[in-house]
Amino acid sequence: MSGSFFGGIHPDDGKKMSEHSEIENLPAPEQVVIPMSLHVGTPCEPLVKPGDTVFLGQKIGEAKGAISAPIHSSVSGVVAAVEPRLHPNGKQVMSVVILNDGKDATEPNSDAQTDKAARDPKALADIIREAGIVGMGGAAFPTHFKISSGIGKADTLIINGAECEPFITADHRIMLESPDEVLSGIRYLTAAMELNKAILAIEANKKNAIALLKKKIGQEKDIEIRVLKTRYPQGAEKQLIQAVTGRLVPPGGLPADIGCAVFNVYTAWSVHRAVEQGIPAIDRIVTVSGPAIADPKNLRVRVGTPVSDLIEAAGGFNGTPLKVLMGGPMMGVALFDISVPVIKATNAILAMGDESEKSVKDPKCIRCGRCVNVCPMHLLPVYMYISEQNDDMQMLDKLNLTDCMECGSCAYVCPGRLHLVSSFRTAKVKLNKFKADRTKQS
Amino acid sequence: MTVLDKELNLTVSSSPHIRFLEDTKSIMLDVIIALLPALAVATYMFGIRALILTAVTCAACVFFEWGYRKLLKKTNDIGDLSAVVTGILLACCLPVSTPLWIAVTGAFFSIIIVKQLFGGIGKNFMNPALAGRAFLFSWPVVMSTWVSPLSYDSFFTLNMADAVTTATPMGSLHVASLPENLTLMQSFFGQVGGSMGEISAFALIVGGLYLLARRVITPIIPLSFLLSVAVVTYVFPRGNDNLQWMLWNLLSGGLMLGAIFMATDYSTSPVTIKGQIIFGVGCGLLTVFIRYFGAYPESVSYSILIMNACVWLIDKVSFPKRFGEKSGGIKKAKEADAK
Repeated sequence: MSGSFFGGIHPDDGKKMSEHSEIENLPAPEQVVIPMSLHVGTPCEPLVKPGDTVFLGQKIGEAKGAISAPIHSSVSGVVAAVEPRLHPNGKQVMSVVILNDGKDATEPNSDAQTDKAARDPKALADIIREAGIVGMGGAAFPTHFKISSGIGKADTLIINGAECEPFITADHRIMLESPDEVLSGIRYLTAAMELNKAILAIEANKKNAIALLKKKIGQEKDIEIRVLKTRYPQGAEKQLIQAVTGRLVPPGGLPADIGCAVFNVYTAWSVHRAVEQGIPAIDRIVTVSGPAIADPKNLRVRVGTPVSDLIEAAGGFNGTPLKVLMGGPMMGVALFDISVPVIKATNAILAMGDESEKSVKDPKCIRCGRCVNVCPMHLLPVYMYISEQNDDMQMLDKLNLTDCMECGSCAYVCPGRLHLVSSFRTAKVKLNKFKADRTKQS
Repeated sequence: MTVLDKELNLTVSSSPHIRFLEDTKSIMLDVIIALLPALAVATYMFGIRALILTAVTCAACVFFEWGYRKLLKKTNDIGDLSAVVTGILLACCLPVSTPLWIAVTGAFFSIIIVKQLFGGIGKNFMNPALAGRAFLFSWPVVMSTWVSPLSYDSFFTLNMADAVTTATPMGSLHVASLPENLTLMQSFFGQVGGSMGEISAFALIVGGLYLLARRVITPIIPLSFLLSVAVVTYVFPRGNDNLQWMLWNLLSGGLMLGAIFMATDYSTSPVTIKGQIIFGVGCGLLTVFIRYFGAYPESVSYSILIMNACVWLIDKVSFPKRFGEKSGGIKKAKEADAK
């Protein structure tokens, strides 16, 4: 057992619903909608125009700037439109719409020309960038940038297999079903970071995956498995680093500042496939689950597939859903339109019923302090909430509002059912405006 | 396309999308359950009037809360049971012989003046029950008439005018002597005179353990409160027997009731661990100070009320250390960089 982090919660994880379902291939849809923003950072520039024929895996969006990652077609066929479409984040985003010809034809000269023996860090980083790989755990931060900014600074490489959000079992299944590929990807990442060892951190609730990976690693010393306490938000980057190394990322800092680099297990798997088979990030594993899903499943889905197809494949709704979420129940986004496409960082589609929300008409703070006890960032949510209500900007700044990562632990335990996370999002906008105004004046 | 063709009426709201079972009502219900042992002992020692007094204060508290919010057209939240808790706690710190109309006056002060005028649940800065009790010291004779335990002719006696009165252990301690004709065991189990709910340390500790097990309270405030009282009374005893003096001080008066049920009140105690320790120790030191030097033998309620008024300040000076901030200030950080 490893160290731990301060605070956190232990929600009912709901993983039983899907943890034993093998990953199934969801056939590619007749039409995919691929937004030019599938990652954190600058959106891509479309490389195709309506009428163009595209191959499977062909680059259709060029990365702009350092923090960006190229985008590839997830089917073969004809470009039907290049226009703004609804993105899961609720905004209209420039997207490439492709009609699938069902052939999955690849570019004729695109045979995996990569040299398997090539473990040159520079070459690996180039392959990872060209394959459009981003943080697959949900943050979608471009992986190549994490590598280039961390090389030389990082002495500890952590692979995140915590998967602490309830219901989600996508990473768990990939570790169980493709352990060799995951381990191989980890080794490529280790080489790309110019290190010789990686720590694979997994929450204790995934016993079968831990046992299998331990067996596969055997006597090798280059990958160490670290079993973590099952506790949310164990998989949050700062908390994971704290639990594994005891180091704390400084305020406003990056993991590289304290010598750490963290990658998700599915990112590692994607790196393996990009290096050995030359296949870019065009699909991903999505857990389709939740109390209002008839037949929970883990699906391999092409990027750009409408969310409704996934729900259909999982037997449709079981009763009337209150919410459909992209991502986990703690940090996921509630969708208002289920025709939006799956993106690179979509790890789950969850349908929630009435009973999980427990909302009340008139939320009231009773000052119980539970939010303070669970906040993994050592914040005082109760006072942040009061300050937001009173528009007290100085106080919000003093309370280190910007350290809040919106993990939702405070709102989860709140017996008064306050909308704390929502309040802090509003507060961040207000505080930014306040600071900008102040700079203008001075 | 099947189910998906149906018009979906999806809710969109901020994460998180799941919530823990426990809510304000379940917490208040736990507090009520935890107070039952103390109420049972009070009823056994003083007869049915103890229950009637409790029922009256509860009903009055709920009525005043409902009426105030109804009159001011605010959302009514008597369903959260917090007024019931105030009612029971208020009864617990009254003598069993208190006239019912005086008890109702106390309930009025607790709910209307202390709680609702400041905005209702979570917004009051003083413990409503204790403040109500403090207000009732406007009738000092009523508030210091102590019925002798198990002295009733009939369990169902309602008129307390002829009840046998007795001295309380606090009365002796206040004049710096150990109580006579009483054993520590009698005091521990509650066969002594005193406010209804405070007499049995045993029953209160049982209730406190229940609250701990249910995680309604943490041990920080009760322990720092009780330990500081224990240390100071042991080190500075009155008389020659440190241990006896300390134990009598721990088991007498409102200390257990105050440390377990009053000082842990959410609205009126600090939210940080550091703050809770300061708060608990402050309550403990003031309690001993007032017991040694005050005019009244009652000290716990005033020390808690005084510390209640300091909570805002205590929270302000006990902000937790920022995540990832280097300890030891700039100097140490510079030294580390130099290496």
